[in-house]
Amino acid sequence: MYFSLNKKAAFIAIVVTLFCVIVSFYGSRKLQNFDPALIAYLFGTLFAVFGVIYRYCVWLQRPPTRMYFRRTWQLIFTGRFFVHAYTLLIDSIKNLLFQHFIYPRGKKRWLAHFMLATGCLAAFAITIPLTLGWINFTLDPATALDPGAIKLYNANFFGFKVMSFELGSVLAFLIFHALTWCSWLVIAGAVIFLVRRLTNAGLIASQTFEGDLLPLILLIFIAVTGLGLNFSYAFMKGIAYDFMSVTHAISVILFLVWIPFGKFFHIIQRPAQIGAHIYKQEGKKKGMAVCPHTGKEFTTQLHVDDLKIVTKQLGFDFTLEDGTSHLDYSPEGKRSLLAKAHLKARQEGGTFFG
Amino acid sequence: MEVTSYKTDMEFFVDMQRCIGCKACEMACAECETNGHESMIHVNYVERAVTIQTTVQVCMHCDDPVCAKVCPADAISKDDFGVVHTANTARCIGCSNCVMACPFGVPIKEEKYDMMMKCNMCYDRTSAGKKPMCATVCPSQALFYGTREEISRMRPNSTPVNTFIFGQQEVTTKVNIMMPKGSTHLKIH
Repeated sequence: MYFSLNKKAAFIAIVVTLFCVIVSFYGSRKLQNFDPALIAYLFGTLFAVFGVIYRYCVWLQRPPTRMYFRRTWQLIFTGRFFVHAYTLLIDSIKNLLFQHFIYPRGKKRWLAHFMLATGCLAAFAITIPLTLGWINFTLDPATALDPGAIKLYNANFFGFKVMSFELGSVLAFLIFHALTWCSWLVIAGAVIFLVRRLTNAGLIASQTFEGDLLPLILLIFIAVTGLGLNFSYAFMKGIAYDFMSVTHAISVILFLVWIPFGKFFHIIQRPAQIGAHIYKQEGKKKGMAVCPHTGKEFTTQLHVDDLKIVTKQLGFDFTLEDGTSHLDYSPEGKRSLLAKAHLKARQEGGTFFG
Repeated sequence: MEVTSYKTDMEFFVDMQRCIGCKACEMACAECETNGHESMIHVNYVERAVTIQTTVQVCMHCDDPVCAKVCPADAISKDDFGVVHTANTARCIGCSNCVMACPFGVPIKEEKYDMMMKCNMCYDRTSAGKKPMCATVCPSQALFYGTREEISRMRPNSTPVNTFIFGQQEVTTKVNIMMPKGSTHLKIH
């Protein structure tokens, strides 16, 4: 198997991982707030950070990705910054938070994805800071020592108190079971997708076990074992808690380690869609390309010009004898040109059919 | 995709001079399960102002697919049979690079889905040893899916060609175009 280390990507990934370690060390007040029970998760998370950054950097080095990445930031920072920042914010809420682009593909599909994504992202938002020791909970010292007082619990971020809530309150119940709610969302979403993948003929033909089914099975496994932890201490007096905690830890660590390599990397890639929107929006203002065959506008001139550069970087050269390019033609124009060339060849062959 | 009955001796042969513009292929294409019931085949007038000639275009499944290379999201892949698959829905960011870079004008940006879709040679059917939908309904056999022996029997005065010249660029494909006998390539520009 061919393997080559991308030194630039490895360097950036190491720097970011080390930065994460340093922030965690000081964020947990020199490990004072770090929960040793989460040590395995910590190493899994750090590996995931390294892997994701490494792959992201390798990905950005590909000519088309690099072009989009550069252009997006150039367009954002060359004037009209606040307009683009607003677009970025609205688009992020619409397409990243609510995944609106999936809705036209199917309402049930959107609902499933929304539940799955919300469950996963909320779980990330809770567990990653907990694992890295950035968040911790402490019993409020003042109320703890007073037998008559309602016990208060403090939530601390980087060791600084950010909020308090009463033990036994509805809010405490919701906060302490936050991962339970995430689990139910993940299970509901993943099961809908799994049923779809097992019954849709088109998906059955084109999917792979490791690429499409295993990620769903793994997410369900994580969510079920996570719920098992809660179930064990809430209803089973702690029976099988060790088994549940070990199986849950193994599945979560597998998930973390797999993020950079498999289907889960699309979570990291998705914001690029917003870049593509800004690219299109700004390109329109600069002017549209007109197809020499159809005489109609078909994309932005910026897009055509950039594609000429990118295709050359990739080893393709569609330059024509007159200095123009095959890429100057619209998709419809290209199809017509092919048909015309075919007609010409047939005419020269002496018969239209053969 | 892992276990298939894909018949490697079967090939796609296109002869656009035979296209009568009936659009039966469009209707049939929409039956393809892997397209999610969206028609991916193209039937369009070549030059409506001067001729009623139509042309038909399926994905040519390039040996070195430009669409996959220009994809910034690594959403397009080619399998071991040489079939270039439609965009991976999880990855595609709807940038249209593939749509504009394809020399045959094949991929379609479905604006409503913010995603690219393209012909994948009816993979639900071809992977089960069946013919693509469009080729099964084409009444003039502008689209034909079968063996080389079959096509040479049917079209003794034609040669299947899979090399195309676009200016400086030569593109070779899995799908063939029927050309006058003895042809080796089709020069577009």
